[in-house]
Amino acid sequence: MDIHALQQIVHQTRDARRKQTIPKFSPTDRDHLIHKYHPDFRASAYRPIKFGPNEGDKTVVELATLLEGDSSIQDNVDLTPQYSCDVLVIGGGGAGCAAALHAHHAGVKTILATKLRLGDSNSVMAQGGMQISVAPEDSPVTHFIDTLKGGHMENDHTLLKVMVEDGPSIAKWLLELGVLFDRQADGNLHVKKGGGSSKPRLLTCSDYTGLEIMRVLKDEVINQKIQLLEFAAAIELLSDNDGNCTGAIFKDLDNHRQVVVAAKSVILATGGIGRLHIQGFPTSNHYGATGDGLCLAYRMGAKLAHVDTFQYHPSGAVYPEQLIGALVTEGIRSEGGHLVNAKGERFVNELDTRDVVSSSIIRECEEGRGIRTMSGRVGVWLDTPLLDAEHGPGTVEKHFPAMMMQFERFGINISKDPVLIYPTLHYQNGGVKIDTNSETNVKNLFVAGEASGGLHGRNRLMGNSLLDLMVFGKRSGLTAASRAKSMKQGALTLKHLQQFRTIAKKHGNASGVISPMILPAYTRKVG
Amino acid sequence: MASENIENVIDQPEVMKPRMVTIEIAGKKVDVPEGITVIKAMWYAGIDVVRGVGCLGGFCGACATYYRTKDDPKVRTCLACQMAVQDGMSFTMMPPFPARKATYDIQALQDPKQDLFNLYPEAPLCRNCNACTEACPQKIDVREGVWKAVFGDFKSVSEMFMDCVMCGMCTPVCIADIAPNLVALYVSRAQGAHFTDKPVGLDTRIKEIQDGTFKNEWAKILKMNEKELAEHCATVK
Repeated sequence: MDIHALQQIVHQTRDARRKQTIPKFSPTDRDHLIHKYHPDFRASAYRPIKFGPNEGDKTVVELATLLEGDSSIQDNVDLTPQYSCDVLVIGGGGAGCAAALHAHHAGVKTILATKLRLGDSNSVMAQGGMQISVAPEDSPVTHFIDTLKGGHMENDHTLLKVMVEDGPSIAKWLLELGVLFDRQADGNLHVKKGGGSSKPRLLTCSDYTGLEIMRVLKDEVINQKIQLLEFAAAIELLSDNDGNCTGAIFKDLDNHRQVVVAAKSVILATGGIGRLHIQGFPTSNHYGATGDGLCLAYRMGAKLAHVDTFQYHPSGAVYPEQLIGALVTEGIRSEGGHLVNAKGERFVNELDTRDVVSSSIIRECEEGRGIRTMSGRVGVWLDTPLLDAEHGPGTVEKHFPAMMMQFERFGINISKDPVLIYPTLHYQNGGVKIDTNSETNVKNLFVAGEASGGLHGRNRLMGNSLLDLMVFGKRSGLTAASRAKSMKQGALTLKHLQQFRTIAKKHGNASGVISPMILPAYTRKVG
Repeated sequence: MASENIENVIDQPEVMKPRMVTIEIAGKKVDVPEGITVIKAMWYAGIDVVRGVGCLGGFCGACATYYRTKDDPKVRTCLACQMAVQDGMSFTMMPPFPARKATYDIQALQDPKQDLFNLYPEAPLCRNCNACTEACPQKIDVREGVWKAVFGDFKSVSEMFMDCVMCGMCTPVCIADIAPNLVALYVSRAQGAHFTDKPVGLDTRIKEIQDGTFKNEWAKILKMNEKELAEHCATVK
């Protein structure tokens, strides 16, 4: 059928739906729904990791294979460093920029290396906002409770307390750097309500929150003249004789040469895993989201947490083909957008947590109440025109300019017509286990942002990622910097790699792949 | 095709019968399926892309591309991840352009509106050709923005350039050697850091945290066992 004909049911049922209230699921129903429909519970997609710090723990096959993978570095490689620094930051997204800026500000020699350009990351795409409890009726404690509920009570309490309490001072830092958060008429920060949150707490810059923050942080990194190594992909870490981290080896993606960097501390801010396309899901993630930091840290002996759970953002585009997997911001649902099945019915409280909403969309589609595309995809409607009906004409255009433009390029006006959505692989809930200084169990190896784990439990609450990046980027940068002042550069060896290879050999060295992946293999090899 | 539910299937002729079209990538003719994005067309043609791909979502500005459609002399700009290919199209990616970025300490500026002319002395030399506006894939009125910056209307500039992905396509076309995106970035940051109200509520909250206002609440929550905490969480709605 013509897409416009199929969309009619959404227009026809809009007024009736506006009168409805859909209650949230009870804890029992919610658990039942998630266990039945959430991709995290698809047992066939999982297997135990065969060796290493998380031996026996289950994760998705795609990740297990990379964690057990071998390094591309030969044992006899020359480890004479081309660069030396106090703090080496690997990754150029939000966490990496925040870490580098704070380390630099503390007065130590800092290098920021990234495999693409400075700023090419998921951070730049964050549309929904940043959770910080600034409203008078809100508090860090309420933020803590909401996050804990969202994370199925499995969040690391100490990490979480630190994040919610550091939040307001992070907002102040960003404002001082010139970030233009949306304001109320009285000059105070405007807050929006996000899925799974009991109070309005999202700071936003229209639907360009991540872009605005990243424009400013990138500019600041350049203004501060922090040394950059762009198109430099980390392929191995370095350790001293005690197993402490002392630097990294990079592959220059322009000329394929190896570059050795000696550092007193290393901060991995390498982001997530969307481009592994776990369970065949499309992804909202950037080109370089291939989990490199997890592989590097794991080979070094760093323990991972919650690597069996991933976030499938409820609203990834399903139509048109060109936008498959692209994110349709949660902001639409925050402002009252309904999810509607093929029968014109709502089926979930749209502001429930992401895992619940995603599971319910998958349920609708698996039970035949979805809308199919001819490329074999299926989805449900997100009623975007409802926002104009509810809050006045022009609302969608004014509040979601980025999304309007994205769909307009393919001839779709989302203020007039609903969009077809299905969950898209969005976020790695777990990662390398860290303490409140963002340090791993490997000394002088820090991990910040999406690559780290524990903070978000089994499901990250919307808007907590941008805050996570800033808080733990800062903490890692400051801790690494203060330590650098009282220590010497350690020896550069590959002992950890030799040990890892010995263990891998005992287990049959089965995976047979080289990791990290660096970039997904999208280039067609035939023809 | 899902016959049990045929009434809920969207027509997509381009998916059912993909048509091959001939396009030109950096001067080389290749056949690719119609309608895929410019970046996917490059992958389809066997081109490894390292420089020129970033977020794949239209936000990072890495994939700035020049293109021309069949028989049209006009060279246009796009983001390669956000543009579908059509028959007869030719395109090439924009290499990094050596625009000059001024460096500054945003917080230390004394007179940001005057400092603009020291940092970017070329900014007032706009000759109104409008090429920057035509080059913007985000449809920003770039030329207007440059003039507003020069006249000190920093607020309008910061609003107009909220959509700017810093792709830099406004820069090579400027006959006055202005880098409008960099000028706007400076202006927006100055607007935020110097000409925007300080949010009083934020300072209050920071002080509350420093003063330990929430100490008792924390103490109560952090000593709860798992069951008590779950029960407490259920009461917060």
